[in-house]
Amino acid sequence: MAVNDTLEGTRKIVEEAREQQHHTGLIPTLNDFSQELTTLNLGPTHPATHGIFQNILQMDGERIISGVPTIGYIHRAFEKIAERRPFYQITPLTDRMNYCSSPINNMGWHMTVEKLLGVTVPKRAQYMRVIAMELARITDHLICNSILGVDTGAFTGFLYVFQEREKVYEIYEEICGARLTTNMGRVGGMERDFSDVAIKKLRDWLKTFPAVMKEFEQMFNRNRIFMDRVVNVGPITAERALNYGFTGPNLRAAGVDYDVRAMNPYSSYEDFEFEIPVGTKGDTYDRFMVRNEEIWQSLRIINQALENLPEGPFHADAPHYYLPPKQAVYKNMEALIYHFKIIMGEIEAPVGEVYHSVEGGNGELGFYLVSDGGRTPYRLHFRRPCFIYYQAYPEMVVGSSLSDAIVTLSSMNVIAGELDA
Amino acid sequence: MAENTEESAAAQETAAAQDPQAAKNAQLLALLHRQFGADAFTDVEEPYGLLTVTTTRERIHDIMAGLQQDQELQMNFLTTMCGIHYPENEGKELGMIYHVHSLVNNLRLRLKIFFPIADPTVPTLTDLYATANWMEREAYDFYGIIFTGHPNLIRILNVEDMDYHPMRKEYALEDGTREDKTDLFFGR
Repeated sequence: MAVNDTLEGTRKIVEEAREQQHHTGLIPTLNDFSQELTTLNLGPTHPATHGIFQNILQMDGERIISGVPTIGYIHRAFEKIAERRPFYQITPLTDRMNYCSSPINNMGWHMTVEKLLGVTVPKRAQYMRVIAMELARITDHLICNSILGVDTGAFTGFLYVFQEREKVYEIYEEICGARLTTNMGRVGGMERDFSDVAIKKLRDWLKTFPAVMKEFEQMFNRNRIFMDRVVNVGPITAERALNYGFTGPNLRAAGVDYDVRAMNPYSSYEDFEFEIPVGTKGDTYDRFMVRNEEIWQSLRIINQALENLPEGPFHADAPHYYLPPKQAVYKNMEALIYHFKIIMGEIEAPVGEVYHSVEGGNGELGFYLVSDGGRTPYRLHFRRPCFIYYQAYPEMVVGSSLSDAIVTLSSMNVIAGELDA
Repeated sequence: MAENTEESAAAQETAAAQDPQAAKNAQLLALLHRQFGADAFTDVEEPYGLLTVTTTRERIHDIMAGLQQDQELQMNFLTTMCGIHYPENEGKELGMIYHVHSLVNNLRLRLKIFFPIADPTVPTLTDLYATANWMEREAYDFYGIIFTGHPNLIRILNVEDMDYHPMRKEYALEDGTREDKTDLFFGR
């Protein structure tokens, strides 16, 4: 795209910015501009973008006049690849979208397939999934908020909470054997029950983490230096946020209480009591505070799920779709047959189309699956929240300074894997 | 016997649980028909509880604008949109699928349009939804769908000098020249 490097372009941008009154007080006037503009490449590899994507910024001194995002640097054509893979082989693709909260992506995908196949997952598996998903949400928010701290110059909080993230990854390891790209769960339930070690680690962590989180909040929430950097920075109104398709913490920070978990409960979220924090201005501080509060709410949900974890099977009785245990495959004819059929993708999927969405770390993570009865999806479309809300970024930073643009980007939690898919 | 009653009770429960959604969908459909005329929609379905209607590209913009402005429906959240390719449907090879959501009424609606691959033009929704910008660029990138009126219709995820639209079905994922890997059974 041609960068607006003429004065004409500048004038147009200023007028547009004036029209959109959400930058109250920050809108530059034409008199503010000198004739000389600088083009600044923020990214593709810049320590503050936390991912591979580029912003070509037109700068007048320290002020941003226009921004043109370029994305696609790690596009891996997941939607195309998915058209040749059986359902269970698509789970690892979802891992690599928002890799800060892989379990949510995994579960969202499993639930989509289960909806298509008509498999009902037992209560215990649903609660186990909730625990995994909420752990993922906590780590996702922890990363976003602590990196925001780093971008404002506070390195301590980041290192401090990363120890806790490490402990969560150890819990993942006990649950599914993997840490970052978890490939957790199966179509039909979980691949194994929580081990005693997993439960113990989870309980220990639930005891120690709140104190750490409190300290983290003490360090930031009312910190003068931090507040000066983030309050009123990169705001967006609720109307614009909705028009831009914002979801998740970024939308809630703007004051809209849309949360998929509450509005369209899945995986037994209706059983749990939790609150949906909302902000008022949709600025960086609100996004930070909403994420912090969501961590507390996630802890509440995990505690409830763990205390009320129902007894029973951890997967559905659906041998056509759920992989049998490996030991049984060696000894049991039926298990061998089902194993073969599932691995070879010979399961019978109904013809149909299904849309299922979960509340991901960044918002509504949707899966639109069209099945023609074949072994693979006919079409699979991922609604990636990052991809959708990142296009608002230029509008949010025009008129502010470069350092504000950095913290705005950081607080939006743009994950390159999800952005490009 | 006891099992049977349990089963029927469970069936009744699920029917009751599905009913509100069906009732909501019927209401929504009646509203759509009233506002846009019964001839605006063909192929009304409800796969997995989500009302799905097919319309034409000539009417899609008006319908989306009407949905957005309707005070009762308030269907003003464009969840997602994506292209799709059915090579066998002659004259209707390409399609666009829109998901809209009313956050106030918690109602979702799926709209589809189909059009020939020889003339893949669709009116843009960027004047209604800012979020349509990148979604349409993605559909253009993947399927070559031209959105008339789009302010900046260029590729978004693939490189700009790519000369084909990779999500179309004629482009197989595997290299067609390989002989060691025949996809007779495992290919799609």
